[in-house]
Parts: sequence; C-alpha cells; structure tokens
Amino acid sequence: MTATVPGTRHGLVPVCSLDDLVTDLGVAALVGDTQVAIFRLDDGSVHAVQNLCPFSGANVMSRGITGDRGDEPTIASPIYKQVFSLLTGKCLVTMDKEPVAGGPDLAVYQVSIDNGQVMINLAGGE
Amino acid sequence: MGAERVIVVGAGMVAQRFVQSLREQDEAGRFEIEVYGEEQYAPYDRVALTSFFSKAGPEELLLGAPELWDDPLVTLHRDTRVQRIDRKAQTVSLDNDVERTYDHLVLATGSSAWAPPVPGVDLPGVFMYRTLDDVAELRDWVRARQAIVGRPVRGAVIGGGLLGLEAAGALQSMGATATVVEFANRLMALQVDDSGGEALKSLIQRLGVQVKCGVATSEVAPDADGNAGTLKFSNGGEQLVDVVVFATGIRPRDDLAREADLPVGERGGILVDSACRTEDPSISAVGECAASESDQGMSIGLIAPGNTMADVTAHRLLGGDEVYLGADTATKLKLLGVDVASFGDAFATTPGALEVVYSDPFSGSYKKLVMTDDASVLLGGMFVGDASSYATLRPMVGAALPGDPSSWILPEGQAERPDLELPDAANVCSCNNVTAGSIRSAVNDDGIHDLGELKSHTKAGTACGSCLPLVKKILNTELEKSGIEVSEALCEHFAMSRTQLFSAIQVAGLTTFTEIIERFGSGHGCDICKPTVGSILASIYNGHVLSDDRAALQDTNDRYMANMQKDGTYSVVPRIPGGEITPDKLLVIAEVAKEFDLYTKITGGQRIDLFGARLEQLPDIWQRLVDAGMESGHAYGKSLRTVKSCVGSSWCRYGVQDSTSMAIALEERYRGLRSPHKLKVGVSGCARECAEARGKDVGVIATEKGWNVYVGGNGGFTPKHAQLLVEDVDDETVFQVIDRYLMLYIRTADRLQRTAPWQEEYEGGLEAIKDVILNDSLGICADLDEHMTHHIDTYEDEWKAVLNDPKRLAQFTSFVNAPEEPDPSLAYVTERGQRRPATTAERTALVHASSTSTSETESPS
Ligand SMILES: Cc1cc2nc3c(=O)[nH]c(=O)nc-3n(C[C@H](O)[C@H](O)[C@H](O)COP(=O)(O)OP(=O)(O)OC[C@H]3O[C@@H](n4cnc5c(N)ncnc54)[C@H](O)[C@@H]3O)c2cc1C
Ligand code: SF4
Repeated sequence: MTATVPGTRHGLVPVCSLDDLVTDLGVAALVGDTQVAIFRLDDGSVHAVQNLCPFSGANVMSRGITGDRGDEPTIASPIYKQVFSLLTGKCLVTMDKEPVAGGPDLAVYQVSIDNGQVMINLAGGE
Repeated sequence: MGAERVIVVGAGMVAQRFVQSLREQDEAGRFEIEVYGEEQYAPYDRVALTSFFSKAGPEELLLGAPELWDDPLVTLHRDTRVQRIDRKAQTVSLDNDVERTYDHLVLATGSSAWAPPVPGVDLPGVFMYRTLDDVAELRDWVRARQAIVGRPVRGAVIGGGLLGLEAAGALQSMGATATVVEFANRLMALQVDDSGGEALKSLIQRLGVQVKCGVATSEVAPDADGNAGTLKFSNGGEQLVDVVVFATGIRPRDDLAREADLPVGERGGILVDSACRTEDPSISAVGECAASESDQGMSIGLIAPGNTMADVTAHRLLGGDEVYLGADTATKLKLLGVDVASFGDAFATTPGALEVVYSDPFSGSYKKLVMTDDASVLLGGMFVGDASSYATLRPMVGAALPGDPSSWILPEGQAERPDLELPDAANVCSCNNVTAGSIRSAVNDDGIHDLGELKSHTKAGTACGSCLPLVKKILNTELEKSGIEVSEALCEHFAMSRTQLFSAIQVAGLTTFTEIIERFGSGHGCDICKPTVGSILASIYNGHVLSDDRAALQDTNDRYMANMQKDGTYSVVPRIPGGEITPDKLLVIAEVAKEFDLYTKITGGQRIDLFGARLEQLPDIWQRLVDAGMESGHAYGKSLRTVKSCVGSSWCRYGVQDSTSMAIALEERYRGLRSPHKLKVGVSGCARECAEARGKDVGVIATEKGWNVYVGGNGGFTPKHAQLLVEDVDDETVFQVIDRYLMLYIRTADRLQRTAPWQEEYEGGLEAIKDVILNDSLGICADLDEHMTHHIDTYEDEWKAVLNDPKRLAQFTSFVNAPEEPDPSLAYVTERGQRRPATTAERTALVHASSTSTSETESPS
C-alpha cells in the first residue's frame, strides 16, 4: 500500500529537502504510484526522471551513474548501461537493445526548489 | 552415417588436423573417419614435447578440442598399428588381425627418430627424442639414476640441431648436466651460418650447457652394470655419461607405402603430387611421411607444411581443387630461452646477394639480412639471440624494403625504422597460411575491428602466436585508413588509456575524481570513466569504495556492494574463504535466507548466493552476517571473486598439499582487491586438478615438492587454459609471484581486459611478464610488493564499515520520502519451493488476479 506517501497526480508535490540530496548520488521517490529518480548535479541543478528503466523494466534509474555527453547531463541505467539525457529524457545510447515495453526514452519531470524543499510536478512529465 | 569410409593411418599432429579439417568442411556428413594410431595417446602436440618436463601430465599436451573424438562420424583407435595395405582389395590389416576396407586412405605416419649405427646405441640409458613415451622413459631414467649416483646425473646429447638443443634443455631442467655433441662444425647447421652458430654456441654455453662441435661419436661403451657409461669419440676423446639422448635426425615412415609398391622419394618419404595424392588415386599422404613434388620430392620436418597438406587433402576429398605450394621453411624457435630464427634465402645462395650483418658480443646476438645486389629487395634473414624483427620481416621476402636495411637489425632506437606496408600476398601467419590480404579483407569487407574476433575469423595467430603483433598492426593500420580512429582514449572525457591514466594518477598522487578530471580530462565524466577512476583509486589507495566522492563513481554492484539482479533487487554472497564452512555458519546463512525469503543457490565458485534482497534490506542482512562473525563477499564487481579449491591432502587420498589452507590464505590476502576485470583463483591439491584451477586467472596446483602457479586462464566466452608461471615453489613464493603478477596486471591492463588477453598482448608476452616478476627486469618488484602489502594491511570489512557510518547507511533506502516502503513494482512467483521474479506475462496475470492489489503484485506504473 502506498497511502503513506502524500501527493496527487497534479501540481507540485514536495518530496524531500535539498539537503537530502548528495551531489551525483541519485535517490528514488514515490509520488502517488509513480516512482521518480532525482539527481543533484555538481552545478547545483536538480533533475527528475522516471525511475523505471525502459530496457529492463526495473525501477533502478536512481541508482545509475551521472555524467555528460557533450554539454548534456546524462544518467546511465545500472542494469544494461543505456545512457539518457537528464534534460530531455531521450535515450542517447541504446547498447543495441530494445526496450521491454513502450518507448526508449525517459519521462522528465519538472523540479522546483522552494524554501529548501525539492518539489516535483508529475503533470509536467513527458 | 557417412557413405564413404576414410581411413587415416597414424594419429599424430597432421592426422588430427586432417580429421578436424574434414569434419569442419563435410557438413553433409558424407565421410565416416577411422583413425589408427600405434601410440597409446590421442594426438598430442609433438612440437611442445619438451614442455612435458614442466607439465603435470601427458594429457596437458593433447591437441585440439576433445569433442572431436566424440563425433559419431569419427572413431579413434589408439594402440593399434596398421601392418599392411592391400591396394587391390582397398583394405588395411591391423596388428590385431582385423581387416578394414577403405574408400580413401590417408597416410599420416610421420617420421621416426634415426640414430647412426654406432656400437652401444641400444644400451639401457640411451634414448631417442620423438614420442611422449620417449620423454617419459627419459625422465624416469634420470630420476632413478639421480637416486643411485648421489651427484648430478651426467647427460649428453648427440646432435646439435633443434631436437638436440631441446633435449639438452630438458636434461638441465631435471638437474642433470648436459653436453651437446655435434658432428658438423656448428650448431643448428640447417638454420644458421657459421657466425650464427658461434653466437648460438656462446649463448648456450652461458646457460651452462657444454658444446662440442666437429666431433663424431664412435661408440657408447657400457659401465660395469651394462648401462651407458662412456661416450667415445672418433678423435680419441672420451666422456663419462649416465644418460645419452640421440637427436641425430629423422626418417620418414614410408615402409607401409614401400611394401604396397607406392613410389618413394630419393631420400625417403611417400611421393605425392601437389594435391597430396600418391600414384594410387585413393591413397593420399600428408605430413612428415610425405615427399611432395612441391618440395622437390623431399619430406619436410616441420608442422606448418603438414597442416597445409591436411587441409588440402580434406578439401580435395570434398571436391575442392586447392593445392599445396611447398613449404615455407622459415622457422622461429626458442631454444633454452634463446631465440633462433631464419627465413627465405638465409644462406645467401642467390647470385650477387648482399649480406647485412650486426653482431653484438656483449648481448651475444647475431642478426643478418640478405638483400638483392642493389640492397633494395629482401631475400631472407637469420637471427640468433634477438628475433624481435622476425615477425615483421619474414612476410616481406621478395618485396622492396624501404630505408636502410641495417635499421632493422641495429638495436631498437639506434636507427629510425621506416613504416612497412606488406604486400597483400605476404604470408603473415605461416602456421595457418593467412596472408596480409585476407586479414585486410576481414577488416574492411567483413567489418571485423577487434583482434580477438579477427583471430577466430581468419585463424591468424591462433597456432604459435608469433605473428600476433603483426596482425594487430595490420588491423590498426586498416582501421586508421578507413577513418576509424584507433583511439586509446577511455571515453570522450579522457584522451588516455586506462594504463596511462593509472600511472598519471599514481604519479600525481591525486585522490578525487574532481581533481583527476580537472587535471587530465574534461567535462563531468560518464559511466565509463567514472568506474574506471573509481577502480584505479581503489587499486592505488585501497580505502572504502563509498567514501567521499567515490560512491558516485562506482558501477552498479560496487555502488551498493551487492550484486544487482534483473529486477533491481540484489543478491548477497557471504564470504566463505576456500569454500570451507562450519555447520553453525551454514545455519546462520539458512536463517538469513529464511527470514528475508531469499532465493538460495550454490554458485560455481563454491559459495551460497542469496537472491531477492531489496536495497533497504541489505544493511540488515549484513548486520546478521557480521554478528555471526562472517562478512558479505565480493561476488560482484571488478575484483577478486572467490578462491575455489578442492579439499586437498587433509582428506583426499591423492592430495599432496593442503589446498584448502592455501585457498583460504589466498582469499584473505587478495579479498577486496580492485582490478580492471574480475579475478578468479583456484587451488588444487594434486595434479588431478579437481578445482579446475587452470580455468582461472590464477591457478595453484600442488606438486610433490610444493606448488605450480599458472596464470591467465579463464572460462566464459573464450575459454583459455592458464599458462605455467613457476613450478615446485613454496608457499611464500606462491604469494610473492601472485602479488607481483596481479599488481602488474592491475597497473598495465586495459579497462575490462581480463588476464588472458592482457598477457597475450603484453609486449613480449608471458616470457616478458616472467622476466619482470621473476628477474625484476624492470626494477619494479619492490614497488609491486609494497603496493600489495599496502592493500593487505589496509583491507577492511567494507560492509561493516557501512553499518558503522550513518551517512553511508542513509544511501540504503528505497525512497527518500518513504525509506521503509518496498518497491511496489516487484512481483514474484513460486517455483520449486522458492520465489523468482515474475515474467512479463506472469505479472499481467498477477495484476488481473488480484485487483485488490497488494504491494507485492502491483505492476509498475
Ligand atoms: C621435440 C620436437 C620438437 C619439435 N619442434 C618443432 C618446431 O618447433 N616447429 C616445427 O615446425 N616442428 C617441430 N617438430 C616437428 C613436428 O613435431 C612434426 O613435424 C610433426 O609432428 C609432424 O606431424 P605428423 O603427423 O606428420 O607426424 P607425427 O606427429 O610423428 O605423427 C605420426 C604418428 O603416426 C603413428 N604411426 C606411424 N606409423 C603407423 C602405423 N603403421 N600404424 C599406426 N600408427 C602409425 C606414429 O606413432 C605417430 O604417432 C618437433 C618435433 C619434435 C620431436
Ligand atoms: S585435485 Fe587431487 S587432492 Fe584435490 S580433490 Fe582432486 S584428487 Fe584430491
């Protein structure tokens, strides 16, 4: 049961404090039924994408390695090492694999920081 | 079953090649093959016969894949001699009075060792050097004499050619003295000239082997017991001996053919045409017993031409029209560790040929190139002591050699060597007959860009391996030409290879990724360079993988110190050093598995794997292990996995050393060691090798006197047997050589390169690695030792360290906003009494079945 987690499908939902985020170490958050992976990068920016890895079907994106390709910040899936843009969610490296279901890209969610709180907007996700 | 029967007489090297080649090509199964060999062994590697003295047993010399002899279309009859051929009836008679009919007969009877008819050649203590039985008897004799005489056994070898020098090395390796007696005025008269022979002689004498040239042996006189006791020479000299080896030449075994009225060559050997047919179209002859018209009716005592004849004959039986073009007598040998090579017109018999010679009395090397009269075209060459240019130059015979010829024989660095472009027709791999052209076409037309694949595709470099540097060079040149960058760069963030980065970090003493990428790279890093740097930092400084900014560098498994499975849960493998475990500890593991409902399976490395632990459960599981005096284990990551062992001398009837104690010591020594790829170690208590240690990166096998250490083995995609590094050493030496081997590997291997390809591609190969480790040729042993000591001294239980550190512990939660909430997407089904992840179809069914939805069966959103 997921009733312990506050949140609705629309609007900004607080998930944690900015201090909970360690640079480059992702965390997962449960927003309603949706699992979100949140990353704080060394430039201070915070990004949120779906936690579900399209290529394995496991909820693990928060446990991947951050980095960049060119100027684009990225996250690599810890299972089969596909690389995704943290800005657009687009899959940049497929490792010659097919997604298990749906498309290869990640949904990206809008993040705002309010008073030291990290807020996620699921509606903004696409 | 095959419609036509092929009978092969002789089960030697070329017979093996023929059967393998025919089975590979005969996809329809047209031929049924019967092989008759008089020796008691399946075909073995005669070329490597001398390595018998350093191997655990004769089975280590067997050739090819054992499956070949399980093929239903192939029957191998060992210990069976063919007595007679009846050409009219198309039958052969065997020594057990059986007759077999053939459709095709292939003679592969090889040669026999020949000794001059001097008095005393048949005394006890006189040996030939041709078969496994020969060398086994020789070894037994030397051991037995050793026990009787109570001083070093006196050995002599008659014949100073390839076999004689190998035999001298074998005598020395058994602790006997060795004198080589050669009738001609120099050693290796077929391969080298007078000056080369002189150089070889002095190099070999430096190794403690006595050499007498220009001396004929007239008698082996018996001692009081009737054993070989004194060698007598025609110049009146004498020498006391306990053992004599005759290596005075070989004679093709053509007797069966002679008796069947098939024509033979002037100097012996069954005459065949370029398609390896004898006068009788249903009889072929291949290998050393054949004398081909392509070799002017002479038989050739080398393996490469025999292999070609075998391939040609297999091809012809299937309707092909390939022919054998004659032998390339180019040879490169290592005799007692001394390189000797010659190729092409090495003796400068071409009219007007020029000889360019370099000889170095200090190192003892002698090198010669033979050029056309205008010094432009390479005709041949000869190397003694240093044959490093052989692989590059041999295929250039007949082609223009750019630049100054002497640049190729002067010591490296003394003269600029021009870049060589090999002609397409140049034979790069003479063992398997692969030309530069076919390697280029594999790269360009078949799109093969990887050395390993190129080897298996073209077969180049898969036999003796001496051409590998050249194959690699052709590959890189072709890739560069087609604009494919052969960049050593790790990734877009670091322009260096792992090896370069390793020493850069070590020299600069940097300890954080931020400093390292600022100094040596660009950008923010990625999933390739971050784990590489994480591993390098762990290798250099040890320290916790999750400390400071290191956690974010770790690859999947290291990041949470457990093995991530396909559904995102983890497996935990408690450390069980050497596979030895008390019943009480087994109970702890069982309790943990039960409490956390973990799927339980025994691993191939003699450990117990507990699957299905969720991220947030890991600390609790570790705590339970720590409380019981155990720790979790590195069954993951690029590090030492396990040390597998058999029970050894403490229980086993056959064990000669305590393999379990050795395995525990090794696991405790190297646990936690981070490396370019995973490392596996095995220890067996005797030569029966129950732990399959030679399939590991490091294999330790007990001997009567101590341990043999083998390196560079692996299972997996391209299985490799580990190679001998040292033999009969004590415990301390085992640790020392493995310390150094592993450290050298960690420092110089590429990212994700396992030990087998590393040691193959290391410049100079395993021999060079031995030199570094055993003779300290680079002067780095003290440093390697210190580095490993640091690792051992600073090892800590990584899991316990996390339990004691709230900051690191905080990472082990499922959700930042619901730390105890399990991942709702996980779904399992029960199979054989345990759970496993549900398949996609099963998950859908589960969700439909329970629309009331519990957290265990919900599907991901
Ligand atoms: C110590 C040593 C080192 C060598 N080093 C090199 C080297 O570095 N490079 C190189 O190129 N070559 C080397 N050679 C030579 C190489 O081993 C031979 O060229 C090769 O083995 C020839 O293969 P083959 O199959 O023709 O003959 P063999 O391997 O001799 O096989 C012939 C087999 O036929 C069997 N046989 C014969 N007659 C009968 C019969 N009537 N019935 C049943 N069975 C029969 C024999 O017992 C034998 O087992 C070396 C040889 C030796 C001994
Ligand atoms: S390798 Fe030897 S000692 Fe070990 S179990 Fe097998 S037979 Fe016994």
